[in-house]
Amino acid sequence: MKIFVCVKQIPDPNTVESKLDPATKRLVRTGVSLVLDPGDETTIAAAIKLRDSLGNSELTAISMGPASAQEALRRALAMGVDRAILISDPALAGSDVLGTARTLAAALKRESPDLIFCSTESTDGYTGMVPGAIAELLGLPQLTFAREITVEGSKAVIKRVTQTGYEVVESPLPAVVTIASGSFEAIYPTMKGIMSARKKPFSQLSLSDLGLEPSQVGEAGAREQILSIGKAEARAAGQIIKDEGNAAEIIADFLQRHQLL
Amino acid sequence: MAKTIWVLVEIEDGRPARSSLEVLSKAAHLGRAEAIVLGSAAATVAPSLGEFGAEKVYVHADPTYDTYLTLPAVDTISDLLQRQQPDLLLFPTTYDVRDIAARLSARHNLGLITDATDLRYEGERLEVTVPWGGENVVVATHPYQGTGIVLTRPKAFSVERFEGRQAEIEQLSVTLRPESQQMKILDRVEVQSEGPALEDASIIVSGGRGLGKAENYHLVEELAAVLGGAPGATRAIVDAGWLPYSYQIGQTGKTVKPTLYIACGISGAIQHLAGMKGSKYIIAINKDEHAPIFSVADLGIVGDVLTILPQLTEEVKRRKAQL
Repeated sequence: MKIFVCVKQIPDPNTVESKLDPATKRLVRTGVSLVLDPGDETTIAAAIKLRDSLGNSELTAISMGPASAQEALRRALAMGVDRAILISDPALAGSDVLGTARTLAAALKRESPDLIFCSTESTDGYTGMVPGAIAELLGLPQLTFAREITVEGSKAVIKRVTQTGYEVVESPLPAVVTIASGSFEAIYPTMKGIMSARKKPFSQLSLSDLGLEPSQVGEAGAREQILSIGKAEARAAGQIIKDEGNAAEIIADFLQRHQLL
Repeated sequence: MAKTIWVLVEIEDGRPARSSLEVLSKAAHLGRAEAIVLGSAAATVAPSLGEFGAEKVYVHADPTYDTYLTLPAVDTISDLLQRQQPDLLLFPTTYDVRDIAARLSARHNLGLITDATDLRYEGERLEVTVPWGGENVVVATHPYQGTGIVLTRPKAFSVERFEGRQAEIEQLSVTLRPESQQMKILDRVEVQSEGPALEDASIIVSGGRGLGKAENYHLVEELAAVLGGAPGATRAIVDAGWLPYSYQIGQTGKTVKPTLYIACGISGAIQHLAGMKGSKYIIAINKDEHAPIFSVADLGIVGDVLTILPQLTEEVKRRKAQL
């Protein structure tokens, strides 16, 4: 079975606050630490688990991004992914949801995948729209918010997280599946994994390799536009106290004063 | 001319979902609000929607929508879109609506703006307010003529009554394609939790990575229990597998607006702040005095949650016994 996982390199959410360049209105990527999206680590773990349980399957990680995104794909390979594809082209800069989905879908189409894994949403943009758009562009069903997945024959069955519990959902393959964060234990690369990652197949594609026009992607093809960037209204900070053994009392006083007990 | 705005109204327990009514009320202020309601309960729900701002309701009461995901709804709205060109699809952000909106966007090449907290028309141009990162707010638009899609952040708008308004009801006659009935819901399981649901709780005690390990989360649950509140969590500890996704508060989890929010061992990642800073009172307990959570807290305690939480639970019990 041919399994794919879409991944993304993002500014490290644990160390930096993402910033927008006021002139280009794009994410600032220079001078910040970049990592494989933490949600993608969980998604890769889910895909590896499924690949291993199925046997006779190949798992490929695919990413759209600048040259630096190679690093994120190398990490995916070190975790146990078999092969990586990076789609990189200056014309892709400033892509919106549709431009991103169009690019990934074009690359995936060439590969005739049986299953495409994505995270429910990225940890930087949070739109959660790319997987559904890829599914639509490829004419595939989309199984979202999966916290478990099994494949039997030509069908996938997932447990789909809902607001109040879960649903059991079935779909024919091929399909796009999104993984809910926290559902799978992340895999940490071992030294052996890092060494073997260097020998795994890694290909790079440009826009023309995919048969896409620059006008369909990037800023030129964007169907949304930022008009202005402003400062958010700040909530005033209150009192900050160092605990000297009386924190419980101070908090309880606050609760009582505001009639919260 | 007044803008025509479509709102997809979801049904929960036989009634229109609150998140849908919030968006419908907003749509009614922006222009001519038209609701779309699908599924076996649609016919009974539709007549009430005028009162929440709808001037027209498109109804298709086919039970197929209840047992299949996404595609039947996408096909129906697509069909309607081909016959009419509304100015805007204004949808609430929910699990199912997200999936539907993504497909509609790709199918019809419609621009998609997500996580909106406000929007208005400046002449012909739609201007959408989207909080971005912790400090910024951007104004975005669809840079073309024609229908656009905007998904709104939960609880960004309040439900309003439009007394006496009666919506015109149009029954849709769509034939659902068998090929759209691919993703079938085999079973639905409700997980009963004790205490109030996060979304409805007026007090929330929430835990983050500062708790150290999953075994310490019970300290959060115990304080929540004595306060009559609900326990919540950050994305970090949900990602780490300590708790299920349903506990997650933040931009990608639940947006909450309780009277009191107690953040325990939470540093205050932007994603988390987005989901909770609408709380009336915020108390934060964290070891790191530079944690961003302190910038939104009414009361910040620099200290160890593992020591403070058990003491606080006891203190609350003691004071409640005296009240």
